[in-house]
Amino acid sequence: MTTDLNLTGRFIAGIDVGTRMTKCALFDLATNTVSGRTTLLTGHNLGLASEKALQDACTRAELKISDVFYVASTGYGRYQVPMRQIQITEISCHAMGAKFLFPNTGSILDIGAQNAKAMRIDEHGRVMKFKMNDKCASGAGRFLERVAKGLELELEEIGALSLHSKDPQAISSICAVLAESEVINLVTTGYPVEDILMGAQLSISDRIVAMLRQVGTDGEITLTGGITRNVGMVKALQQKVGKALNVSPDSEYAGAIGACLLVRRRLKKLEEQKLSNPRMAIS
Amino acid sequence: MHSSNRLSTNDWWVCDEPVIPVRGTIIGDQIMLVAGVDVGSTQTKAIILNENAEIMARGIVNTGANVVKAAEKAFNEARKSAKLEEWDVAYTVGTGYGRYKVLFGDTQITEISCHARGANFLFPKTQTILDIGGQDTKGIRINEKGEVVDFCMNDKCAAGTGRFLAAAADVMGISLDELGDVALRSSSALRITNVCTVFVETEIMNHLSKGKKGEDILAGVHQSIAARSVSLIRRVGISPEITFTGGVSLNKGMVHALQEKFGFPINVSDDSQFIGALGAALFALDRASARHDGEPVSSKEEA
Repeated sequence: MTTDLNLTGRFIAGIDVGTRMTKCALFDLATNTVSGRTTLLTGHNLGLASEKALQDACTRAELKISDVFYVASTGYGRYQVPMRQIQITEISCHAMGAKFLFPNTGSILDIGAQNAKAMRIDEHGRVMKFKMNDKCASGAGRFLERVAKGLELELEEIGALSLHSKDPQAISSICAVLAESEVINLVTTGYPVEDILMGAQLSISDRIVAMLRQVGTDGEITLTGGITRNVGMVKALQQKVGKALNVSPDSEYAGAIGACLLVRRRLKKLEEQKLSNPRMAIS
Repeated sequence: MHSSNRLSTNDWWVCDEPVIPVRGTIIGDQIMLVAGVDVGSTQTKAIILNENAEIMARGIVNTGANVVKAAEKAFNEARKSAKLEEWDVAYTVGTGYGRYKVLFGDTQITEISCHARGANFLFPKTQTILDIGGQDTKGIRINEKGEVVDFCMNDKCAAGTGRFLAAAADVMGISLDELGDVALRSSSALRITNVCTVFVETEIMNHLSKGKKGEDILAGVHQSIAARSVSLIRRVGISPEITFTGGVSLNKGMVHALQEKFGFPINVSDDSQFIGALGAALFALDRASARHDGEPVSSKEEA
């Protein structure tokens, strides 16, 4: 599949290839809005996943792939996107995306399947400070995945279930693998599932918020990444931070949206250069 | 009753009142037996020794969720295999992370002391012990008497423990027992870059999807654990002889990977997995002998 560079088009595609999910957002230059989005499992073939994501996003937005004139890739698999015209690190993209979704954002917490990042941004959406844990699953979505597995629950259902908790049971294991065994022990001891779940979410939140404090927590804090789907986790994080966090249905697409916005900025700059330098316009 | 614990066979039969044997009472020529029960996170091991410190029986079961039951099961398995009754065993020492769940035990001793004692018994020249179990890895430095001089351990993270291997076996769809042999077939080990067990599972899946050979992936997994173990026991000092204990010591691939990293052979016995239980049983033998000799026996836990 090839995408022709057709500068008369209106749509930019941002594809965020994460370790677990691949997200694609279509950005309409004419209206400055997100006009299509999709998310699917990344799997082993990153190239295929990104192609599927683009196709799916276009179908959902009732567009043809040829309506998309620019493809930007981001995320850990950004170099595996065959039709990309540019690849951008997910850190810049999340910063831009979060700023677009919540213009007053001061800090960003991006929690994905395999890593958690805390960023401090300035008023232009540029990253000033940055911390990340990608060495270990202890502060990432995979930790909750393990806990869910130990409880024989689906990842999608644990958030809502955990909201019923009255007496959260803290998980002492930092390691996701050891936590899974600890959870099984808690179940056999007779603790309610919702208390174990909330305990696990509070335990990870503790670690993530400690990282967030290193970059600063002044102003609004925007949550991005797949974790935003889990309402229980959002609650646990808010409890640990001590204030409300910005979450929107598009939070998961912040990276993909940010990629589109960075492309838009780049195109604008090129346009300005062309105007100021006629020779470039000819070439 | 009798002033001595040692009854003759005849006394036993001519007693007017029925005599209920006191646990560990030595009747006639019967020799004294003691037991050590090592309740690990993954498996529970039991050893029964006679008074000459010869292994009479072994028992091993999966620990599972009910730790109390696992301790009983392992003990009973050993006891039954030697056709013994409960009261035949004079003294029992519990060790391992679940040592306080050995409810029939007379005392508890930490697994560190027990591993030291057991390793010293099997390999008297041991200076360093590497114990890789289901959920933790320990480096123990001992003196020539088998006493603990220094130790360090990783129980915070599954990387470098048996769980890491179990996760790899799970992803590859092969049993833990075959893991080492498969790894030994490799001619060019792949480098495993992740530390986290959870991420390594994904890394293995990626390697498999790219058509990499299972044996090369597994050889890389073994090397990764070996490297982590070596850096752990460096903290207590690496000095031969090194004795390798714990369940992972049964894995030949792991022994090979460690020997490559160390550059010299390490001690491994068929009973490596039972070394904690063996050490506990040896302590039990001390206590039981002391009891019979009339010395006071402390029931407090030793460090």
